[in-house]
Amino acid sequence: MEKELRLMKGNEAIAEAAIRVGADAYFGYPITPQSEVIEYLMSEKPYERTGMVVLQAESEVAAINMIYGAAACGRMSMTSSSSPGISLKQEGISYIAGAELPCLILNVVRGGPGLGTIQPSQSDYFQSTKGGGHGDYRLIVLAPASVQEMYDFVELGFDLAFKYRNPVMIQSDGIIGQMMEKVEIGEQKQRRSPEEIIKQCPWATTGKPESRERNIITSLDLVAAKQEEFNLKLIKKYEEVKEKEVRYELINCDDAEYIIVAYGSSSRLSMKAMDILRAKGIKVGILRLITLFPFPTKIIAELTERVKGFLAVEMSAGQMVEDVRLAVQFKKPVEHFGRLGGVIPSPEEIVEALEQKIIGG
Amino acid sequence: MAEITIQDIIKEENLVYKKSKVMTDTTLSYCPGCGHGTAHRLIAEVIEEMGIQAETIGVSPVGCSVLMYNFLDVDFQQAAHGRAPAVATAIKRVMPEKYVFTYQGDGDLAAIGTAETIHACNRGENITIIFVNNGIYGMTGGQMAPTTLPGMPASTCPFGRDVEIMGNPLKMTELVSQLAGTYFVTRQSVHSPRNVRKAKKAIKMAFENQKLKRGVSFVEIVSNCNSGWKLNPVKANEWMEDNMFPFYPLGDIKVDGEIVSK
Repeated sequence: MEKELRLMKGNEAIAEAAIRVGADAYFGYPITPQSEVIEYLMSEKPYERTGMVVLQAESEVAAINMIYGAAACGRMSMTSSSSPGISLKQEGISYIAGAELPCLILNVVRGGPGLGTIQPSQSDYFQSTKGGGHGDYRLIVLAPASVQEMYDFVELGFDLAFKYRNPVMIQSDGIIGQMMEKVEIGEQKQRRSPEEIIKQCPWATTGKPESRERNIITSLDLVAAKQEEFNLKLIKKYEEVKEKEVRYELINCDDAEYIIVAYGSSSRLSMKAMDILRAKGIKVGILRLITLFPFPTKIIAELTERVKGFLAVEMSAGQMVEDVRLAVQFKKPVEHFGRLGGVIPSPEEIVEALEQKIIGG
Repeated sequence: MAEITIQDIIKEENLVYKKSKVMTDTTLSYCPGCGHGTAHRLIAEVIEEMGIQAETIGVSPVGCSVLMYNFLDVDFQQAAHGRAPAVATAIKRVMPEKYVFTYQGDGDLAAIGTAETIHACNRGENITIIFVNNGIYGMTGGQMAPTTLPGMPASTCPFGRDVEIMGNPLKMTELVSQLAGTYFVTRQSVHSPRNVRKAKKAIKMAFENQKLKRGVSFVEIVSNCNSGWKLNPVKANEWMEDNMFPFYPLGDIKVDGEIVSK
């Protein structure tokens, strides 16, 4: 069968992917730079194409709680927002993690704190990977570096969400969301029937027949010891995720003496920096993170044994670099380079940072 | 003539009341005299009588009735504080053939969840909202609610609600009745047998309306909080009649989409 190729924005690709993989519901609230997600969905009429529910909520708070309601019915549910809106969603995300519900959350990150800018940033790394809301929980976090990955990670994200009954976040940024690239579009999948949903999600609140006990979706436990038991169960789940779901890409790392660690837009910018450095005879490779949580600690530990140093390139004041340092365990130099507030670093700046901070330092 | 024993009385034909099978055997967590238990019972009876136990999904709030899922034998979701109408919106949208209801207190529905309440009502979601208004935050220990009456004491207005400082109580039910998306809006109480019967009728209509797909059915139940009000159950009901009902008058406000109260 011939491949279907389209030129799309990242935000449009993710919306089309949601329809194509057979998602049941999208709830969202407009915010730059990701409003194209709901605009695209509304213009595509997925309620006619597949029967998918799409609703513009009155706020990000309402939208994430709609996700809670739909996810608790076993539905494939997605929301999207950008940094300030994701902050508003944090209470709901905590409840979703606490109730062990599967869902997909897209964050097209912009510069902060506060209202910040509408330009691209990666300064929500801590919020995405360390919990974000209250309580001990983690999201599985995917970091697309292309419009194709925006498309592909919708299916991957839903698969992981349902496999682990855990919210999955796609942490993108204003560049990936807004830029246009060629995308290979998958086939239209059938949405699951109500019977298939009940079979896949026996825990869901789909109406209690005589044949089973009622299903209760809650994150409340008034007994501390039972809550601790639940916390330990969550930790066990996250350990399994760390064991099985780490994803990354090694680019020119075989002979590399220096490693740039980056994800998303920063990894794309670092590719050009690597070319410049290699042309100068400096052996640089890139470790591109695909999952931000789970973090690829093991491969970094392995690389530590054979390289001279690491440069963490991220559009933040230095967030991911902390996890790189934890993996390197102070055995080799680890430095950070980033531009802030929506400013995009140039490849030349990355080259200069590596030369001065790692090679020269 | 033989003496009548208790066994002679306990017979099917003498049965005037029995626990609904939609109520579980779990002991209610409410204070003696509280109206929540009666309100729960009425919802359970309506679900049983309509034969919709397998088709009903409830949404419990944050507040005294957070554990409602322990008392009613239907599928249940526990929502974040104030967000039950948003949660219920999604449940109904993905399963339009099911019966979906929220059960919320005044702090949940009329303070922290004001936006979700108004927008779910304004969109005309085909859900039932049961709003229990006792003018106080019961579970957290008797703090001022959005519905606390002027002059009424609470732990965060120990000298009575001073509207100059604390603002006015919110008549949420009148407010939502003005929105195009509400189809049935009523205010009831469950403190006397007569009122219990009327409240049950209203709840039943609020559930049956979901078949019509004409919008939100909203039932406020003005209730007591003898612990929060620091009154015994009898005195609490008297105080409710004397003070709550004049401010929150009982009766239908909107029926079949038309305003009926003056």
